[in-house]
Order: sequence, then C-alpha cells, then structure tokens
Amino acid sequence: MKKPLMQEHLDPFFKYQVMKEPGGEKLALCFACDTCTLSCPVRVQEEAYQPRTIIRLILLGAKQEVLTDPVIWLCASCFQCQERCPQGVGVTDLINAVKNIACREGFIPKSMTMQMGLLAKHGRLLEIGDFENKKRDKQQLPLIKEQPEDIQRIIDLSGAARYLPQESE
Amino acid sequence: MKKAAFFIGCTVPVRGTNYEQSFREVARVLQIELVDHPGFSCCGFPTHAINRMTALALSARNLALANQVSLSSMITLCNACTENMTHTNHLIQHDPVTCDEINRILSQIHLQYHGEVKVKHAMRYLYEEIGLDTIRASVKNPLSNLRIAAYPGCHYTKPSELYEGFDNPEKPHTLNELVIATGASIVSYESSCCGGGTLGAKEDTALQMGIQTLKSMKENEADAIVLICPFCDVMFEQNQKKMEKLYGKEFNLPILYYPQLLGLAMNIERERLGLTINRIKLDKVLEKIQSGNKE
Ligand code: SF4
Ligand code: SF4
Repeated sequence: MKKPLMQEHLDPFFKYQVMKEPGGEKLALCFACDTCTLSCPVRVQEEAYQPRTIIRLILLGAKQEVLTDPVIWLCASCFQCQERCPQGVGVTDLINAVKNIACREGFIPKSMTMQMGLLAKHGRLLEIGDFENKKRDKQQLPLIKEQPEDIQRIIDLSGAARYLPQESE
Repeated sequence: MKKAAFFIGCTVPVRGTNYEQSFREVARVLQIELVDHPGFSCCGFPTHAINRMTALALSARNLALANQVSLSSMITLCNACTENMTHTNHLIQHDPVTCDEINRILSQIHLQYHGEVKVKHAMRYLYEEIGLDTIRASVKNPLSNLRIAAYPGCHYTKPSELYEGFDNPEKPHTLNELVIATGASIVSYESSCCGGGTLGAKEDTALQMGIQTLKSMKENEADAIVLICPFCDVMFEQNQKKMEKLYGKEFNLPILYYPQLLGLAMNIERERLGLTINRIKLDKVLEKIQSGNKE
C-alpha cells in the first residue's frame, strides 16, 4: 500500500463478508505471526505479495484495495501457508475465497473468463479434436469425444454463466 | 486384479500422453484394470478460483459417473485433479449444506453423488494398493546408475487435512521410495513450488519460482527429474528453456514421468513408454541405463 488508508475508504463489514464466504470462515483466528508470508514461495520473488498483509487488510476493511489488487492472483495455491499456520486460518482457502468475491464484484482477470469460455466450449481446458485424437490413436490411446453439454449446464446452474467471455471479446 | 476408474483430466490426454501411455503399460504389468469413462471431462479445478461451486459440481459429476458404473475407486494422474476431487469428496462427506447444493445441481443432469468413490493419485495408489514389494518384484532391469531428483509437487501431499495421514507434507518420501524401488538413487535438493499456479497471472514470477528448484537439483547433480503432475511438467520441462534464458545458465535436466522410469526398469519396450514425446532429450539418461546393464 503506497498511500495511507483513509477512513472513508474502509468498509468495516468486509471482514464479515469474507467470513461468510466458504473458505474464509476462520479469518479472525489470525494472530499476525507472519508464518504464512515467511513460507510463501511467491513472496520470495514478489515483495508485493504477502498473505499476512492481505489478511490484515481484510480485517481492517480495505475492501477495494484487496479486491482490485492484481497480486491476489499471484497465489499459486501451493498450500504451504495453510499447512504451517499455527492458528488453522486455512490461508490458501481464504485467499481463494477472496478471489471468488473479487470475481463476483466484477474484478475477474481476463485469463479467468477465457478459461471458463474454453470449458463451456470443449468441456475441458484443452481442445480434443481430430488432430489430437489422431496423435492419441498412434500411441494406441483411447479416442476422446468432447461432450460440453453437461459442463455448460453446470456452469449455468452453479451461477458461473456471468463469467463467460462476452461475445464482443 | 484390481479395478479403478481412470481419470486423466484435461492436460494429460493432450500434453502428457507419455505419462498416460506409460501408466497404462505399468498398470497392465501390475494387474490394475483401468476403466475409461467416455463421459469424464474437466475435474473442475480451473474454475475453483472463480466460483467454488462450479468446481465442486464439475468434480462431483465425474465422481457420480464412476459411481454409476459401480466403480468405488478412482485413479488420477494430475495433482490438481487429485486435490480438487478429494476436496469435493471431503465436503460431500462432512458438510451437509454443500452436499445438498452439489446434488441440487447434479439432479438437473440426472445424477447424484454421496461420496462413494475413493480418489487416489496414481502414485499413492501404487504405494498403498500395490505396495513397494510388488513393484520391486516387477523390476527386471534395476536402474542403479541413475541419480534422480524426485519431485512430487504440492497437491500430492497438501492440504494434508484431505489426505488422511498419507505421506509427509513437509518432507514427502513416498515418491522417493517408489523411485528407489526401480534401483535408481535419490538426490536431495531444496524443493519449492514449481510455480505452475502463478504462470497465468505473471510469467516471470512463475519462472523465477521454478528456477529455485531446478538450480538446486542441478547443483546436486541429478541426471533427471521424476515428475507425477502435468502442471509441474509445464514448468520444469516445457518452460525449462525460458528459465535458462532468465537465469543465464543451462540446466539441461531431462524429465521422466514416474511410470516411464518404472517402465524402463520393468524392461517394457521403449516405444510403449512414450519416450519420444519427452521434449528434453533423454539420450544421456538412456545411455546411462544401457551402460549400467553392461557392468
Ligand atoms: S500464519 Fe496464520 S496466524 Fe500467522 S499471520 Fe498467517 S494467517 Fe495469521
Ligand atoms: S498458497 Fe498462495 S499464499 Fe499460500 S504459500 Fe502458496 S502461493 Fe503463498
């Protein structure tokens, strides 16, 4: 954070929003020991990424700062912090909950909408067409037929259709 | 004969066919019947950061399909698939509200699921269900000349609350033991996350993360890296050239998927292990195996 946080930018209810989100329930258990940050392999490369700071900012109510800062997307979900946190905060699950909230509030990275688009189109992240199947056949592996219909239904029923890329993109 | 649903996910059937083919081969030798299901699709992991319920319902769908054909066991090849599917099982078994919500979605596509299918990563399956003794007994050509850096990857053991005491998240040892069973020796090195999870957000950061581990493997004179996850392969093999450029030094560390290593030790024909798919040349490794035989 470069600028001081002014009161009018803080949302005291943000911490409750995070604690209601699955994965974020144990936020308030954090006693700020910094084990998570010291264990984080992303932090070794990126000064700006510090899981403890994210947790403290949430407790402070710095909603905009947390949700709009692209650093939250650097988390590799390696679970090292979650393993070591002495308070059982569930740090990786919590960061994931924050990402879910960021998406819902309109701050979804383009790479994420693209992934959702691929899933809806192919039912899988990587396309399998004739070309891929020919290669599979050569290795005597069973052929795969894309069946995206059920996947599209699940995207829709789980409320994720809004994260699909827009036609114009 | 053991029998399990074979869940290969999205990445393996396109970019990791060497992993898939070699596992099918060693499974045949070890008498594991792998059942492919034409309805299997993405495990859901890629949607987890966007919308958790999408990820849970997508994995529950695959599990429900396996259960529908009376399979109570599922083998996965990818660490992310393993973690996501196991997470879903865990919630279905312990969180009735989430279980109901998942099944409300599944019912719309005429499925239901209540945690019947046990998910295990293929290497955990080998370790627990087949056992080191049987694997050792299957080895015809011990690879005693090889120095291997075994890299299990994060989600193979973490989060440990999902894996019922399997392995040790701080000091994983089961893959080491599986490698030693082939006759090869183990190189110790400083391990860190491969960076795969960060690649989409910031490439340079991810590459720097990978470099940490490659550097240490190289310093400790590994002949090859043994992997068990296609995302680790994206980093350590497919992006090794980029890492070398960034680091300013060559690593030239070939990778083998574990079933390729085991397959070589079993004397399975090389064409059946997908070795030509490996992007970093294996000549030196294969030579070493050859010369080991002559000694
Ligand atoms: S390790 Fe746990 S208790 Fe310590 S700062 Fe991180 S989240 Fe808080
Ligand atoms: S899960 Fe994310 S925050 Fe935690 S240690 Fe790994 S990269 Fe860092």
